[in-house]
Amino acid sequence: MSALLAMIHRDLLLVMRRKSEVLTALFFFVVVTSLFPLGIGADTALLRKIAPGVLWVAALLSTLLGLQRMFAADYQDGSLEQLALSPQPMVLLVTGKIIAHWMVCGLPLVLLAPVIGIQFGLDVSSLTVLMATLLLGTPVLSLVGSIGAALTLGVRGGSVLLSLLILPLYIPVLIFGAGAVYANSVGLDATGHFSLLGALLILALAFIPWVSSAAVKIAIE
Amino acid sequence: MPQALMTVDTYFSLKKPLLVLEARGLACIRGERLLFQNLNLKISAGECLHIRGENGVGKTSLLRLLTGLSKPESGEVFWNGAVTSKEPAHYHRELLFLGHRDALKEDLTALENLRLYAALDTIKLSEDKALAALWRFGLRGREHLPVNCLSAGQKRRVLMARMLTRQAKLWILDEPFNALDVHAMGALQGLIAEHLEQGGLVILTSHQEINLSQVRVLDL
Repeated sequence: MSALLAMIHRDLLLVMRRKSEVLTALFFFVVVTSLFPLGIGADTALLRKIAPGVLWVAALLSTLLGLQRMFAADYQDGSLEQLALSPQPMVLLVTGKIIAHWMVCGLPLVLLAPVIGIQFGLDVSSLTVLMATLLLGTPVLSLVGSIGAALTLGVRGGSVLLSLLILPLYIPVLIFGAGAVYANSVGLDATGHFSLLGALLILALAFIPWVSSAAVKIAIE
Repeated sequence: MPQALMTVDTYFSLKKPLLVLEARGLACIRGERLLFQNLNLKISAGECLHIRGENGVGKTSLLRLLTGLSKPESGEVFWNGAVTSKEPAHYHRELLFLGHRDALKEDLTALENLRLYAALDTIKLSEDKALAALWRFGLRGREHLPVNCLSAGQKRRVLMARMLTRQAKLWILDEPFNALDVHAMGALQGLIAEHLEQGGLVILTSHQEINLSQVRVLDL
Protein backbone atom coordinates (compact mmCIF):
# COMPACT_ATOMS: atom_id res chain seq x y z
CA MET A 1 0.00 0.00 0.00
CA SER A 2 2.80 2.40 0.86
CA ALA A 3 4.34 1.66 -2.54
CA LEU A 4 1.08 2.63 -4.23
CA LEU A 5 1.07 5.94 -2.37
CA ALA A 6 4.76 6.46 -3.12
CA MET A 7 4.07 5.92 -6.81
CA ILE A 8 1.18 8.42 -6.81
CA HIS A 9 3.28 10.92 -4.87
CA ARG A 10 6.17 10.55 -7.31
CA ASP A 11 4.04 11.03 -10.41
CA LEU A 12 2.21 14.02 -8.97
CA LEU A 13 5.52 15.59 -7.97
CA LEU A 14 6.80 15.12 -11.52
CA VAL A 15 3.69 16.77 -12.90
CA MET A 16 4.09 19.71 -10.53
CA ARG A 17 7.63 20.24 -11.84
CA ARG A 18 6.44 20.26 -15.44
CA LYS A 19 2.98 21.74 -15.38
CA SER A 20 2.83 22.73 -19.05
CA GLU A 21 2.11 19.20 -20.31
CA VAL A 22 -0.96 18.83 -18.13
CA LEU A 23 -2.20 22.35 -18.61
CA THR A 24 -2.11 21.83 -22.38
CA ALA A 25 -4.63 19.00 -22.11
CA LEU A 26 -6.92 21.00 -19.81
CA PHE A 27 -6.66 24.10 -21.96
CA PHE A 28 -7.54 21.96 -24.97
CA PHE A 29 -10.69 20.79 -23.18
CA VAL A 30 -11.73 24.33 -22.31
CA VAL A 31 -11.02 25.77 -25.75
CA VAL A 32 -12.67 23.00 -27.77
CA THR A 33 -15.81 23.06 -25.67
CA SER A 34 -15.95 26.88 -25.84
CA LEU A 35 -15.68 26.86 -29.63
CA PHE A 36 -19.06 25.19 -30.05
CA PRO A 37 -21.23 27.93 -28.48
CA LEU A 38 -19.23 30.49 -30.43
CA GLY A 39 -19.62 28.65 -33.71
CA ILE A 40 -23.24 27.66 -33.37
CA GLY A 41 -24.50 30.93 -31.95
CA ALA A 42 -27.13 31.68 -29.36
CA ASP A 43 -29.55 28.88 -30.20
CA THR A 44 -30.07 27.77 -26.60
CA ALA A 45 -32.24 24.77 -27.36
CA LEU A 46 -29.70 23.34 -29.82
CA LEU A 47 -26.75 24.05 -27.51
CA ARG A 48 -28.50 22.35 -24.62
CA LYS A 49 -29.12 19.33 -26.81
CA ILE A 50 -25.53 18.92 -28.03
CA ALA A 51 -23.86 19.87 -24.75
CA PRO A 52 -23.48 16.34 -23.28
CA GLY A 53 -22.04 14.94 -26.49
CA VAL A 54 -19.64 17.82 -27.03
CA LEU A 55 -18.40 17.83 -23.46
CA TRP A 56 -17.89 14.08 -23.43
CA VAL A 57 -16.10 13.98 -26.78
CA ALA A 58 -13.83 16.81 -25.64
CA ALA A 59 -13.15 14.91 -22.41
CA LEU A 60 -12.17 11.79 -24.39
CA LEU A 61 -9.83 13.72 -26.63
CA SER A 62 -8.15 15.67 -23.86
CA THR A 63 -7.62 12.45 -21.87
CA LEU A 64 -6.01 11.04 -24.99
CA LEU A 65 -3.57 13.98 -25.12
CA GLY A 66 -2.19 13.12 -21.71
CA LEU A 67 -2.12 9.34 -22.18
CA GLN A 68 1.17 9.11 -24.05
CA ARG A 69 2.85 10.62 -21.02
CA MET A 70 1.78 7.84 -18.68
CA PHE A 71 4.68 5.46 -19.27
CA ALA A 72 6.74 6.99 -22.08
CA ALA A 73 9.07 9.20 -20.01
CA ASP A 74 9.76 6.42 -17.51
CA TYR A 75 10.39 4.03 -20.39
CA GLN A 76 12.92 6.34 -22.02
CA ASP A 77 15.03 7.13 -18.98
CA GLY A 78 15.09 3.55 -17.70
CA SER A 79 12.92 4.21 -14.63
CA LEU A 80 10.39 1.66 -15.81
CA GLU A 81 13.05 -1.07 -15.58
CA GLN A 82 13.85 0.03 -12.07
CA LEU A 83 10.15 -0.12 -11.19
CA ALA A 84 9.93 -3.62 -12.64
CA LEU A 85 12.89 -4.63 -10.48
CA SER A 86 11.52 -3.15 -7.29
CA PRO A 87 10.22 -5.70 -4.79
CA GLN A 88 6.70 -4.37 -5.27
CA PRO A 89 4.28 -6.14 -7.59
CA MET A 90 4.16 -4.32 -10.92
CA VAL A 91 0.34 -4.26 -10.80
CA LEU A 92 0.46 -2.04 -7.75
CA LEU A 93 2.86 0.42 -9.33
CA VAL A 94 0.92 0.54 -12.59
CA THR A 95 -2.28 1.15 -10.62
CA GLY A 96 -0.52 4.02 -8.87
CA LYS A 97 0.45 5.52 -12.20
CA ILE A 98 -3.12 5.21 -13.49
CA ILE A 99 -4.52 6.87 -10.37
CA ALA A 100 -2.01 9.70 -10.67
CA HIS A 101 -2.93 10.13 -14.32
CA TRP A 102 -6.60 10.33 -13.46
CA MET A 103 -5.98 12.87 -10.68
CA VAL A 104 -4.15 15.06 -13.16
CA CYS A 105 -6.10 14.52 -16.39
CA GLY A 106 -9.53 13.29 -15.29
CA LEU A 107 -10.41 14.98 -12.03
CA PRO A 108 -9.87 18.55 -13.33
CA LEU A 109 -12.33 17.79 -16.15
CA VAL A 110 -14.97 16.85 -13.59
CA LEU A 111 -14.38 20.15 -11.82
CA LEU A 112 -14.27 22.23 -15.00
CA ALA A 113 -17.38 20.68 -16.54
CA PRO A 114 -20.00 22.76 -14.66
CA VAL A 115 -18.27 26.00 -15.59
CA ILE A 116 -18.28 25.01 -19.23
CA GLY A 117 -21.79 23.61 -19.00
CA ILE A 118 -23.04 27.10 -18.20
CA GLN A 119 -21.94 28.23 -21.66
CA PHE A 120 -24.31 25.65 -23.08
CA GLY A 121 -27.18 26.85 -20.92
CA LEU A 122 -27.42 23.62 -18.91
CA ASP A 123 -29.54 23.79 -15.77
CA VAL A 124 -28.41 22.71 -12.32
CA SER A 125 -29.78 19.18 -12.48
CA SER A 126 -28.10 18.55 -15.85
CA LEU A 127 -24.83 19.94 -14.53
CA THR A 128 -24.93 17.62 -11.51
CA VAL A 129 -25.63 14.61 -13.70
CA LEU A 130 -22.84 15.67 -16.08
CA MET A 131 -20.36 15.93 -13.21
CA ALA A 132 -21.46 12.59 -11.81
CA THR A 133 -21.06 10.83 -15.17
CA LEU A 134 -17.63 12.36 -15.63
CA LEU A 135 -16.68 11.29 -12.13
CA LEU A 136 -17.60 7.70 -12.96
CA GLY A 137 -16.40 7.78 -16.55
CA THR A 138 -13.04 9.52 -16.53
CA PRO A 139 -11.37 6.82 -14.37
CA VAL A 140 -12.48 4.29 -17.00
CA LEU A 141 -10.85 6.47 -19.66
CA SER A 142 -7.55 6.52 -17.74
CA LEU A 143 -7.71 2.79 -17.09
CA VAL A 144 -8.51 1.75 -20.65
CA GLY A 145 -6.02 4.26 -21.98
CA SER A 146 -3.24 2.77 -19.87
CA ILE A 147 -3.41 -0.42 -21.97
CA GLY A 148 -2.83 1.58 -25.12
CA ALA A 149 -0.09 3.65 -23.51
CA ALA A 150 1.71 0.48 -22.42
CA LEU A 151 1.26 -1.34 -25.72
CA THR A 152 2.61 1.54 -27.81
CA LEU A 153 5.79 1.96 -25.71
CA GLY A 154 8.83 2.16 -27.94
CA VAL A 155 6.73 2.23 -31.11
CA ARG A 156 7.54 4.96 -33.59
CA GLY A 157 4.51 7.18 -34.18
CA GLY A 158 3.01 5.66 -31.09
CA SER A 159 0.67 8.54 -30.29
CA VAL A 160 -1.30 8.15 -33.53
CA LEU A 161 -1.49 4.41 -33.07
CA LEU A 162 -2.58 4.98 -29.49
CA SER A 163 -5.57 7.09 -30.56
CA LEU A 164 -6.57 4.52 -33.16
CA LEU A 165 -6.33 1.71 -30.61
CA ILE A 166 -8.05 3.43 -27.74
CA LEU A 167 -10.77 5.68 -29.16
CA PRO A 168 -13.01 2.78 -30.28
CA LEU A 169 -12.77 1.34 -26.77
CA TYR A 170 -14.00 4.65 -25.36
CA ILE A 171 -17.32 4.39 -27.23
CA PRO A 172 -19.32 2.64 -24.47
CA VAL A 173 -18.25 5.25 -21.92
CA LEU A 174 -19.21 8.01 -24.33
CA ILE A 175 -22.63 6.50 -25.05
CA PHE A 176 -23.62 5.99 -21.43
CA GLY A 177 -21.99 9.18 -20.18
CA ALA A 178 -23.58 11.51 -22.69
CA GLY A 179 -26.75 9.41 -22.68
CA ALA A 180 -27.29 9.92 -18.95
CA VAL A 181 -27.14 13.70 -19.26
CA TYR A 182 -29.46 13.67 -22.25
CA ALA A 183 -31.94 11.32 -20.59
CA ASN A 184 -32.01 13.51 -17.51
CA SER A 185 -32.58 16.66 -19.57
CA VAL A 186 -35.65 15.20 -21.27
CA GLY A 187 -37.03 13.96 -17.99
CA LEU A 188 -36.16 10.27 -18.28
CA ASP A 189 -34.63 8.13 -15.56
CA ALA A 190 -30.81 8.10 -15.80
CA THR A 191 -30.11 5.44 -13.18
CA GLY A 192 -29.68 2.76 -15.83
CA HIS A 193 -26.89 4.74 -17.45
CA PHE A 194 -25.25 5.26 -14.08
CA SER A 195 -25.40 1.56 -13.27
CA LEU A 196 -23.77 0.71 -16.57
CA LEU A 197 -21.06 3.34 -16.10
CA GLY A 198 -20.43 2.02 -12.60
CA ALA A 199 -20.27 -1.52 -13.95
CA LEU A 200 -17.73 -0.43 -16.57
CA LEU A 201 -15.63 1.21 -13.88
CA ILE A 202 -15.68 -1.86 -11.63
CA LEU A 203 -14.88 -4.15 -14.54
CA ALA A 204 -12.01 -1.91 -15.66
CA LEU A 205 -10.63 -1.64 -12.12
CA ALA A 206 -10.74 -5.39 -11.70
CA PHE A 207 -8.89 -6.37 -14.86
CA ILE A 208 -7.06 -3.53 -16.52
CA PRO A 209 -4.17 -3.00 -14.05
CA TRP A 210 -3.12 -6.61 -14.70
CA VAL A 211 -3.39 -6.22 -18.45
CA SER A 212 -1.42 -2.97 -18.44
CA SER A 213 1.33 -4.28 -16.20
CA ALA A 214 1.70 -7.32 -18.45
CA ALA A 215 1.97 -4.97 -21.44
CA VAL A 216 4.60 -2.88 -19.65
CA LYS A 217 6.61 -5.98 -18.85
CA ILE A 218 6.55 -7.01 -22.51
CA ALA A 219 7.67 -3.53 -23.53
CA ILE A 220 10.75 -3.51 -21.30
CA GLU A 221 11.83 -7.06 -22.11
CA MET B 1 11.72 -36.39 17.45
CA PRO B 2 12.09 -32.80 18.66
CA GLN B 3 15.81 -33.22 18.23
CA ALA B 4 15.41 -34.19 14.61
CA LEU B 5 13.30 -31.11 14.07
CA MET B 6 15.94 -28.94 15.66
CA THR B 7 18.63 -30.17 13.33
CA VAL B 8 16.45 -29.38 10.39
CA ASP B 9 15.95 -25.90 11.77
CA THR B 10 19.63 -25.29 12.35
CA TYR B 11 20.37 -26.66 8.94
CA PHE B 12 18.14 -24.05 7.37
CA SER B 13 19.33 -21.22 9.56
CA LEU B 14 22.89 -22.13 8.70
CA LYS B 15 22.08 -22.33 5.05
CA LYS B 16 20.23 -19.06 4.83
CA PRO B 17 23.01 -16.48 5.09
CA LEU B 18 24.92 -18.20 2.29
CA LEU B 19 24.24 -16.02 -0.70
CA VAL B 20 24.73 -17.65 -4.06
CA LEU B 21 23.71 -16.57 -7.52
CA GLU B 22 23.86 -19.35 -10.03
CA ALA B 23 22.95 -19.59 -13.69
CA ARG B 24 22.68 -22.91 -15.45
CA GLY B 25 22.60 -23.49 -19.18
CA LEU B 26 21.63 -19.96 -20.16
CA ALA B 27 21.03 -19.25 -23.83
CA CYS B 28 20.15 -15.92 -25.34
CA ILE B 29 18.86 -15.06 -28.80
CA ARG B 30 18.68 -11.45 -29.94
CA GLY B 31 16.80 -11.00 -33.19
CA GLU B 32 18.04 -13.93 -35.26
CA ARG B 33 21.45 -14.24 -33.67
CA LEU B 34 22.39 -16.67 -30.99
CA LEU B 35 24.49 -14.62 -28.58
CA PHE B 36 25.52 -17.41 -26.24
CA GLN B 37 24.32 -20.79 -25.14
CA ASN B 38 24.94 -23.24 -22.34
CA LEU B 39 26.42 -20.52 -20.18
CA ASN B 40 26.98 -21.44 -16.53
CA LEU B 41 28.14 -19.18 -13.78
CA LYS B 42 28.13 -19.18 -10.03
CA ILE B 43 29.21 -16.53 -7.58
CA SER B 44 28.79 -16.46 -3.86
CA ALA B 45 29.01 -13.92 -1.07
CA GLY B 46 32.05 -11.65 -1.20
CA GLU B 47 32.81 -12.34 -4.83
CA CYS B 48 32.85 -10.04 -7.83
CA LEU B 49 32.35 -11.26 -11.38
CA HIS B 50 33.74 -9.08 -14.15
CA ILE B 51 32.13 -9.86 -17.51
CA ARG B 52 34.26 -8.87 -20.47
CA GLY B 53 33.83 -9.07 -24.19
CA GLU B 54 33.61 -7.09 -27.40
CA ASN B 55 30.73 -4.77 -28.18
CA GLY B 56 27.59 -6.64 -29.11
CA VAL B 57 28.71 -9.93 -27.68
CA GLY B 58 25.82 -10.01 -25.24
CA LYS B 59 27.12 -8.59 -21.97
CA THR B 60 24.11 -6.39 -21.34
CA SER B 61 21.76 -9.17 -22.49
CA LEU B 62 23.36 -11.52 -19.98
CA LEU B 63 22.94 -8.98 -17.17
CA ARG B 64 19.29 -8.47 -18.08
CA LEU B 65 18.75 -12.24 -18.03
CA LEU B 66 20.30 -12.43 -14.58
CA THR B 67 18.05 -9.66 -13.24
CA GLY B 68 14.94 -11.26 -14.70
CA LEU B 69 14.12 -8.29 -16.92
CA SER B 70 14.19 -10.60 -19.90
CA LYS B 71 13.62 -14.33 -20.12
CA PRO B 72 16.35 -16.68 -21.30
CA GLU B 73 15.77 -18.87 -24.35
CA SER B 74 16.69 -21.79 -22.15
CA GLY B 75 18.25 -22.25 -18.74
CA GLU B 76 17.46 -20.88 -15.30
CA VAL B 77 18.83 -18.41 -12.78
CA PHE B 78 18.97 -19.46 -9.13
CA TRP B 79 19.25 -17.22 -6.09
CA ASN B 80 20.19 -19.19 -2.99
CA GLY B 81 19.10 -22.34 -4.74
CA ALA B 82 15.61 -21.10 -5.69
CA VAL B 83 14.56 -20.28 -9.23
CA THR B 84 14.34 -16.49 -9.42
CA SER B 85 11.42 -16.35 -11.85
CA LYS B 86 9.19 -18.20 -9.35
CA GLU B 87 9.35 -15.56 -6.65
CA PRO B 88 10.68 -12.43 -8.31
CA ALA B 89 9.66 -10.10 -5.47
CA HIS B 90 11.83 -12.02 -3.03
CA TYR B 91 14.80 -11.90 -5.40
CA HIS B 92 14.30 -8.26 -6.35
CA ARG B 93 14.36 -7.24 -2.70
CA GLU B 94 18.02 -8.26 -2.63
CA LEU B 95 18.92 -6.98 -6.08
CA LEU B 96 20.12 -3.66 -7.40
CA PHE B 97 20.53 -3.30 -11.15
CA LEU B 98 22.02 -0.23 -12.76
CA GLY B 99 21.80 -0.14 -16.53
CA HIS B 100 23.11 2.12 -19.28
CA ARG B 101 20.47 4.71 -18.62
CA ASP B 102 20.64 6.45 -15.29
CA ALA B 103 16.91 6.08 -14.47
CA LEU B 104 16.90 9.40 -12.61
CA LYS B 105 14.03 11.82 -13.03
CA GLU B 106 15.52 14.96 -14.56
CA ASP B 107 12.98 17.33 -13.03
CA LEU B 108 13.54 16.13 -9.48
CA THR B 109 16.50 16.89 -7.26
CA ALA B 110 19.14 14.31 -6.42
CA LEU B 111 17.76 14.04 -2.90
CA GLU B 112 14.17 13.56 -4.11
CA ASN B 113 15.31 10.90 -6.57
CA LEU B 114 17.04 8.98 -3.79
CA ARG B 115 14.13 9.23 -1.39
CA LEU B 116 11.50 8.32 -3.97
CA TYR B 117 13.43 5.22 -4.96
CA ALA B 118 13.75 4.32 -1.29
CA ALA B 119 9.99 4.69 -0.88
CA LEU B 120 9.32 2.48 -3.90
CA ASP B 121 11.79 -0.13 -2.66
CA THR B 122 10.17 0.18 0.80
CA ILE B 123 13.40 1.06 2.53
CA LYS B 124 13.42 3.51 5.39
CA LEU B 125 15.73 6.32 4.37
CA SER B 126 15.92 9.40 6.54
CA GLU B 127 16.85 12.71 4.98
CA ASP B 128 20.11 12.82 6.96
CA LYS B 129 21.14 9.43 5.67
CA ALA B 130 20.33 10.33 2.09
CA LEU B 131 22.25 13.60 2.41
CA ALA B 132 25.23 11.83 3.92
CA ALA B 133 25.27 9.39 1.01
CA LEU B 134 25.21 12.23 -1.52
CA TRP B 135 27.89 14.15 0.33
CA ARG B 136 30.14 11.12 0.40
CA PHE B 137 30.28 11.20 -3.39
CA GLY B 138 31.06 14.87 -3.67
CA LEU B 139 27.57 16.23 -4.27
CA ARG B 140 27.55 18.59 -1.30
CA GLY B 141 25.77 21.78 -2.30
CA ARG B 142 24.11 20.10 -5.28
CA GLU B 143 21.61 17.92 -3.45
CA HIS B 144 18.77 20.37 -4.11
CA LEU B 145 19.53 20.95 -7.79
CA PRO B 146 17.32 19.28 -10.38
CA VAL B 147 19.18 16.35 -11.87
CA ASN B 148 19.15 17.91 -15.35
CA CYS B 149 21.56 20.54 -14.02
CA LEU B 150 24.10 17.84 -13.16
CA SER B 151 26.77 16.52 -15.51
CA ALA B 152 26.83 12.89 -16.71
CA GLY B 153 29.49 12.04 -14.15
CA GLN B 154 27.57 13.71 -11.34
CA LYS B 155 24.50 11.69 -12.27
CA ARG B 156 26.56 8.52 -11.90
CA ARG B 157 27.57 9.81 -8.48
CA VAL B 158 23.90 10.09 -7.53
CA LEU B 159 23.58 6.44 -8.57
CA MET B 160 26.53 5.57 -6.34
CA ALA B 161 24.64 7.18 -3.48
CA ARG B 162 21.71 4.97 -4.41
CA MET B 163 23.92 1.88 -4.33
CA LEU B 164 24.98 2.87 -0.84
CA THR B 165 21.45 3.40 0.44
CA ARG B 166 19.63 0.57 -1.38
CA GLN B 167 20.75 -2.16 1.07
CA ALA B 168 20.80 -4.82 -1.65
CA LYS B 169 22.98 -7.89 -1.41
CA LEU B 170 23.47 -8.40 -5.13
CA TRP B 171 24.61 -5.59 -7.36
CA ILE B 172 24.41 -6.03 -11.12
CA LEU B 173 26.09 -3.08 -12.77
CA ASP B 174 26.28 -2.37 -16.48
CA GLU B 175 29.34 -0.26 -17.31
CA PRO B 176 29.42 1.46 -13.92
CA PHE B 177 32.71 3.23 -14.68
CA ASN B 178 31.40 5.14 -17.69
CA ALA B 179 31.61 8.93 -17.52
CA LEU B 180 33.48 8.86 -14.21
CA ASP B 181 36.63 10.87 -13.54
CA VAL B 182 39.66 9.26 -11.89
CA HIS B 183 38.55 10.39 -8.47
CA ALA B 184 35.03 8.99 -8.81
CA MET B 185 36.38 5.75 -10.26
CA GLY B 186 38.43 5.31 -7.13
CA ALA B 187 35.39 6.06 -5.01
CA LEU B 188 33.29 3.51 -6.88
CA GLN B 189 35.96 0.83 -6.59
CA GLY B 190 36.13 1.59 -2.89
CA LEU B 191 32.35 1.27 -2.66
CA ILE B 192 32.40 -2.08 -4.45
CA ALA B 193 35.25 -3.35 -2.24
CA GLU B 194 33.27 -2.29 0.83
CA HIS B 195 30.19 -4.11 -0.45
CA LEU B 196 32.19 -7.29 -1.07
CA GLU B 197 33.72 -7.09 2.38
CA GLN B 198 30.26 -6.98 3.91
CA GLY B 199 29.41 -10.20 2.11
CA GLY B 200 27.73 -8.72 -0.93
CA LEU B 201 27.91 -9.97 -4.50
CA VAL B 202 28.78 -7.88 -7.53
CA ILE B 203 28.46 -8.64 -11.22
CA LEU B 204 29.65 -5.95 -13.56
CA THR B 205 30.67 -5.28 -17.12
CA SER B 206 33.48 -2.89 -17.87
CA HIS B 207 36.13 -2.25 -20.48
CA GLN B 208 38.52 -1.05 -17.82
CA GLU B 209 40.68 -3.22 -15.61
CA ILE B 210 39.40 -3.49 -12.08
CA ASN B 211 41.82 -3.44 -9.18
CA LEU B 212 40.00 -5.55 -6.63
CA SER B 213 41.29 -8.64 -4.95
CA GLN B 214 38.24 -10.92 -5.23
CA VAL B 215 37.52 -10.38 -8.93
CA ARG B 216 36.83 -13.29 -11.23
CA VAL B 217 36.68 -12.71 -14.95
CA LEU B 218 34.20 -14.18 -17.43
CA ASP B 219 35.04 -13.67 -21.09
CA LEU B 220 32.07 -13.85 -23.38
